[in-house]
Amino acid sequence: MKKLITALAFPAFMMLISCGGNEPATSDNPDKSTASATESTPVENEEDYSKGIGKFKDVVVSPTLDVKLASAGKDVYELKCSSCHKLSGPRLVGPSWDGVTSRREPTWILNFVTNVDEMLSKDPAAIAQLEECLIRMPNQNLSDEDAFAVLEFMRENDGVK
Amino acid sequence: MKKNKIVSVSVMIIAVSAILIQWGCKPQTVQTAASGDAASKVYVAPGTYDEFYNFVSGGFNGQLSVYGLPSGRMFRSIPVFSVDPEKGYGFSEETKPMLNTSHGFIPWDDAHHPDFSCTNAEVDGRWVFINGNNTPRVARIGLTTFKTEEIIEIPNSAGNHSSPFVTANTEYVVAGTRFSIPLGNNTNVPIKSYKENFKGTITFIKVDPTSGNMSIGFQILMPGMDFDLSRSGRGPSKDWSFFSCYNSEQANTLKEVNASQRDKDFIIAVNWKKAEEYIAAGKGEKWPAKYAHNTWDDKTHSATSTMMNEVLVLDPTKVPDMVYFMPCAKSPHGVDVDPTGEYIVGSGKLAAVMPVFSFSKMIKAIEEKNFDGEYQGIPVLSYDAVLHGEVQKPGLGPLHTQFDDKGNAYTSMFVSSEIVKWRVSDLQVLDRVPTYYSIGHLCVPGGGSAKPFGKYVVAYNKITKDRYLPTGPELTQSAQLYDITGDKMQLLSDFPTIGEPHYGIACPAELIKGNSKKFYKIEENMHPYVAKGEKEAKVVREGNKVHVYMTSIRSHFAPDNIEGVKVGDEVYFHVTNLEQDWDIPHGFAIKGARNSELLIMPGETSTLKWIPQEAGVVPFYCTDFCSALHQEMQGYIRVFPAGSNPEITFSLGDLAEDQPK
Repeated sequence: MKKLITALAFPAFMMLISCGGNEPATSDNPDKSTASATESTPVENEEDYSKGIGKFKDVVVSPTLDVKLASAGKDVYELKCSSCHKLSGPRLVGPSWDGVTSRREPTWILNFVTNVDEMLSKDPAAIAQLEECLIRMPNQNLSDEDAFAVLEFMRENDGVK
Repeated sequence: MKKNKIVSVSVMIIAVSAILIQWGCKPQTVQTAASGDAASKVYVAPGTYDEFYNFVSGGFNGQLSVYGLPSGRMFRSIPVFSVDPEKGYGFSEETKPMLNTSHGFIPWDDAHHPDFSCTNAEVDGRWVFINGNNTPRVARIGLTTFKTEEIIEIPNSAGNHSSPFVTANTEYVVAGTRFSIPLGNNTNVPIKSYKENFKGTITFIKVDPTSGNMSIGFQILMPGMDFDLSRSGRGPSKDWSFFSCYNSEQANTLKEVNASQRDKDFIIAVNWKKAEEYIAAGKGEKWPAKYAHNTWDDKTHSATSTMMNEVLVLDPTKVPDMVYFMPCAKSPHGVDVDPTGEYIVGSGKLAAVMPVFSFSKMIKAIEEKNFDGEYQGIPVLSYDAVLHGEVQKPGLGPLHTQFDDKGNAYTSMFVSSEIVKWRVSDLQVLDRVPTYYSIGHLCVPGGGSAKPFGKYVVAYNKITKDRYLPTGPELTQSAQLYDITGDKMQLLSDFPTIGEPHYGIACPAELIKGNSKKFYKIEENMHPYVAKGEKEAKVVREGNKVHVYMTSIRSHFAPDNIEGVKVGDEVYFHVTNLEQDWDIPHGFAIKGARNSELLIMPGETSTLKWIPQEAGVVPFYCTDFCSALHQEMQGYIRVFPAGSNPEITFSLGDLAEDQPK
């Protein structure tokens, strides 16, 4: 199944390159992304938000766990995420990751962790979460590999074997 | 459009009345208000960028400030030679070695002349070098991080004024001593024995083309005089550097009078390529010397200071064809090389004419041995043989010259407070414009390189009385921006500067802005006390030293409750900012700290040393407003009496697994 994920990740990289990646107006400056919210194409129905906003469009995950990838995800979690997210129990700064993979689509999670500022400005679910937590989730500049690894670790935490 | 017209008309009315008022009481300063279209020329709309970066020395504040042109907006003050408690520079454990010298830790210096690194004599946007005048040093600032990355001390020097002025491909930065001093083993000599015992040096600091790291290539021993300014050659003169000097009288007291006796002092031409050959041939004498070399490492987020112990010295009276003197009218201050590298302008600050020397004539005179005797064993070239011509009646007190891309030169006149524009080819004065007041250096973007971007000239003024709202006895010094695109220079704006703006350099923003670093990758952090994630946050006692491995992220520290330190312990807060996003620093301050705060960039680790003075509970907090819950970003440390034996405990939140016992 690792092959499948890699295959899906590859077009994502291609898109990243074609979009120019680091344009300040899109991802780096929260104020600018807020300002440009009105200019973006309106989304036709609510279902479109289930995948979030970002480079990932329709990621399919395997029913079984990639243990090695999940282990890499644990390292990323401990370095960049664990300050605010616990693996069980109530919310700390951000929500607990307990059950996150059943609350959110894999695509939404990948978009949220790689496109934080735009998601927090435009995605209804992300905005609702921000209104609850009141701390903008820091953009921790996860690479696409990091994002897939974190997703796999979340799945492991939610009991995928 | 209508509104604009009204604005222009009112500006014109104000301008005209201002001129009339000025004529009434202050004939020398005619133009105090800018003309009608000036505002639009300096207006940079909110959210848009300036066209040029302008790096301006802070003079006696020891720093380098960064402005945008044409707006004159200040973006940053980079601490270089002076401590800066705002940034923890010189106070954090990591930055202290940057200010180490052979005299120990020196918290201040007098920063004078920034200069860009160059490739083919054009600004390449990699580094800025700047000299420390008081305790002789040269610093290198990286233009990806806008941080001081390296400082090297200059031995056998006293007052590093004629510096750094890089060579065409940044092979060297130069450093001529302002004061001559007794050198060698016998330095405790009568001051009156100046002529006999005092010597000067000119130092060539080698720059590694990849890393930028500096090392002293060699020093050239010079007669006892004062060395003032310098400029390195380009094009045909690329192997040469030029230095101005005064006090060829070799006076040691009341220099104001005694160093102004002779009609001419010198512009010194140094063939550094020849000097390199002598060094390669083993002609350099090894002199013992003690000087500090301090480097910053972006991976360990720490500075290292190394004490060096030797330099190579060349004596031009023993190795010929390396140094020549060109006579230059009374006490030259600035020496400036035009973009082509052919013309060398000497600004005799007490002289009525301004000589412009020709490099090709200089080479010819050397070949033909067209000498006018020698000075202290060094050949003096015939003035007439090396002269391109003199600028007649340029103004009073010429100091410095910059160049545009159309063959024109702009010289600052300190005494007559003006900028004078003249043509290099025929030396005709074309225009003059007043400055407010007492201009020192001036800056055309790229105006000290082979490729000027002649759009503006900036005047750096020493005196501003009546230009700004008064602020007591001490007034701001200032910059003034002039449009030089037309035949006549046009004053556009005044803006205040910090410290004393000795010299400024500017270049198109395009050369720098795309390379700016946004954060330090936490994965690459090699600080010995980094905490890579809260899991690694901990407190460790080693004898009387307590190391706190702390993390910060919006918006809490880990740990935020610490108990068990004692009065007199040395507590080191090693704070790692776990953020990985641009523009998200965290601060750290603790009550009663006798040093400063920390300001920690994303992905960086910084250390504050704190010695608790009394038992009790002491708060600490984040000083940089980081989020809606910034005010909650705080913690406590409990201090036990000296001599007690408390256990170290630490925690974060009730949810944390490692509860205090």
